[in-house]
Amino acid sequence: MAHHTLSVLVEDKPGVLTRVAGLFARRGFNIDSLAVGTTEVPGVSRMTIVVDAASQPLEQVSKQLNKLVHVLKIVELEQDASVERELALVKVSADASTRGQVMEIAQVFRASVVDVDADAVTVEVTGSGDKIEAMIRMVSPYGIRELVRSGAIAVGRGSRSITEGRALRLERSA
Amino acid sequence: MQISGAQAVITSLEHAGVEVIFGHPGGAILPAYDPILDSSVRHVLARHEQGAGHMAEGYAHATGRVGVVMATSGPGGCNLVTALADAMMDSVPLVVITGQVPTAAVGGDAFQEADVTGITMPVTKHNEMVTDPDRIPEAIAEAFHIASTGRPGPVLLDLPKDVLGATCDFAWPDRLRLPGYRPTVRGHAKMVREAAAAILRRQRPVIYAGGGVIAAGAQDVLRQLAERLDLPVVTTLMARGALPDEHPLCLGMPGMHGRWTAVTAMQRADLLITLGARFDDRVTGKISAFAPEAEIIHVDIDPAEIGKNRAADVPVVGDCEVVGRQILEAIEEALTAGQQPPDLSGWWSQLRTWQAQHPLRCDQQPDGPLKPQTVISAIGERVDASTVVVAGVGQHQMWASQYLAFRHPRQWINSGGLGTMGFCVPAAIGAKVGRADARVLAVDGDGSFQMTLQELATATTEGVPVVFCVINNGALGMVRQWQELFYDSRFSQIGLPADAPDLVKLAEAFGFIGLRCERPEDVEATLDKALALGDAPVIVDFRVDASEKVFPMIPAGASNDDIMESPEECTPGGGSAGGGEPGGASVAEPQPATSEAR
Repeated sequence: MAHHTLSVLVEDKPGVLTRVAGLFARRGFNIDSLAVGTTEVPGVSRMTIVVDAASQPLEQVSKQLNKLVHVLKIVELEQDASVERELALVKVSADASTRGQVMEIAQVFRASVVDVDADAVTVEVTGSGDKIEAMIRMVSPYGIRELVRSGAIAVGRGSRSITEGRALRLERSA
Repeated sequence: MQISGAQAVITSLEHAGVEVIFGHPGGAILPAYDPILDSSVRHVLARHEQGAGHMAEGYAHATGRVGVVMATSGPGGCNLVTALADAMMDSVPLVVITGQVPTAAVGGDAFQEADVTGITMPVTKHNEMVTDPDRIPEAIAEAFHIASTGRPGPVLLDLPKDVLGATCDFAWPDRLRLPGYRPTVRGHAKMVREAAAAILRRQRPVIYAGGGVIAAGAQDVLRQLAERLDLPVVTTLMARGALPDEHPLCLGMPGMHGRWTAVTAMQRADLLITLGARFDDRVTGKISAFAPEAEIIHVDIDPAEIGKNRAADVPVVGDCEVVGRQILEAIEEALTAGQQPPDLSGWWSQLRTWQAQHPLRCDQQPDGPLKPQTVISAIGERVDASTVVVAGVGQHQMWASQYLAFRHPRQWINSGGLGTMGFCVPAAIGAKVGRADARVLAVDGDGSFQMTLQELATATTEGVPVVFCVINNGALGMVRQWQELFYDSRFSQIGLPADAPDLVKLAEAFGFIGLRCERPEDVEATLDKALALGDAPVIVDFRVDASEKVFPMIPAGASNDDIMESPEECTPGGGSAGGGEPGGASVAEPQPATSEAR
């Protein structure tokens, strides 16, 4: 099993997230993370889906996804040819005696402290999944009160855009 | 043009060329039933929404046109699920319109509310809740386009009652905006050349023709391709009639209950020319042991079918008719350029030997119990080119597919992928509505018949005459067969007393003519009597031997090499390779579960 990142361009229609997620479930795939948002093209949303799967069944699920009427395009982003980022907000137990240590760890990971209370700090960290895991490991001895992760988003390296091309032309003859 | 949403629905159906709607009214869909009174579109009132769904399927199978269904919210939509799943599996084009509770009530557990788009998402090609009344014409035009193009399938539109009641600015679209829906029709030129080269190179080819051939109307090109190089053809359960059974190149049906020669030809083939077929487990048996020496050409309009169950050596995405013609042209080019056609004489002499050694077998004793095969053979002698045969699901379905000789596509209608018992009665009615010119002969089993027989009332009131031949063995025959072979004859819950209901009395109660036949010597006369009644609604109760089993048979999960031709070849007590789960796959062999042995 290997980690795969799919970028899925979809029409922004009601139920499209259910259709995509349901299809993965029906075909027996576990989604590690799924992030969705708008794109530079009006009416088009982009999902970044991370799955653990062998490549042959993944090809089958991609083909099934392509059959959904509201799915416009699917691109698998190879790790060495794309930039992948995830954001996490981590609420760490830290009073006056430990706050400095937690903030120091945050600094090493180029994370920023976005909220402070008497007995906790909230750290925002951005990066690859590995980097986020590493920071979580480092702060966990202090006690993690809450952890929120956005799921990965990714974009291909270079000047080419996956939103170019005929897939996104929104007219066709009857 | 300003009209109501409900009027827009009916006007849109008229624009789409719809001649008949199969449906059942109810609260939320009420607004759409009013304009039906003033429309040219016929409405056939089913007695149950599932019946309406299968009627539309039968209509679509028989005519090649889109079947249209209308039902209400909640239970109306839920009752359609089986028919939608059936249409999805067998690629039947349907447009289904369901009512929904008013938009403001959606999500509040209102009376007769169900999340019908949610429930039907996995069993439709596409669905949508239309919340903007102005979108109704466009949504319906899109639904017909999606249902009927590419790989056909069911499309459902859910219409809240307030949307039906609102004012719609009606405009029938001349262009559709479906940027994510673009079926590939024409095959890739390089793949087409590779396919032609493989066909000219191989010595033991078989054309594996599936339902896609019929959906694409590719019967002529199939025949031309086969005849050009003398290629043997197997026609799957969904493709019976794609090449006439009497054609010398036709080896008949492959699969679990297929012809010995059709099954074995595929096993020994060095090339499978797959046209619109999907390597279903009922055809392949144990997939890892299926056609081990064969190179695979796979032509399908659905890219997801290619490589799904068996890797393709030459994948060609496209319409079977168009790609078939491309392959034929590529073959002609190669032959013109001096390439020699393959010498298939050795292969054919092997196939002819197998055909002679392995005919279908039925042991009908003149004074013994009536064998179902005797009835079905006699029906077969009376199936002419203008007869449409519709089957239910079970033993009778397999015998009908084995013993009847089909001449044309769309002459054989059944539930293949989902294996839906109860399909026959409504589908036969729908077929007859679509093909009023044809005689519709329905072959059903007593179990299957009783699942949807309330639709007999629909046939009577709508004046739709169908001849139903019920192969009545007083049992759920296919389940009985599996219990006998794989569960030590421990018969569990398979008894359906042949007299409850009394089918002759039942026929009369529904306004049909009821006939009964119990002895082999009466079969021909009874059938002739039924058919001599002209285009009349008839039910013939054929009382047949319950112990008769369908052979050949490949146990589920076993290799197609282990095909059995008689009960004597079965290991008693469930020792056979399948492990005896009806419809189940073997443990080591993950397979998609499809049609059950029912």
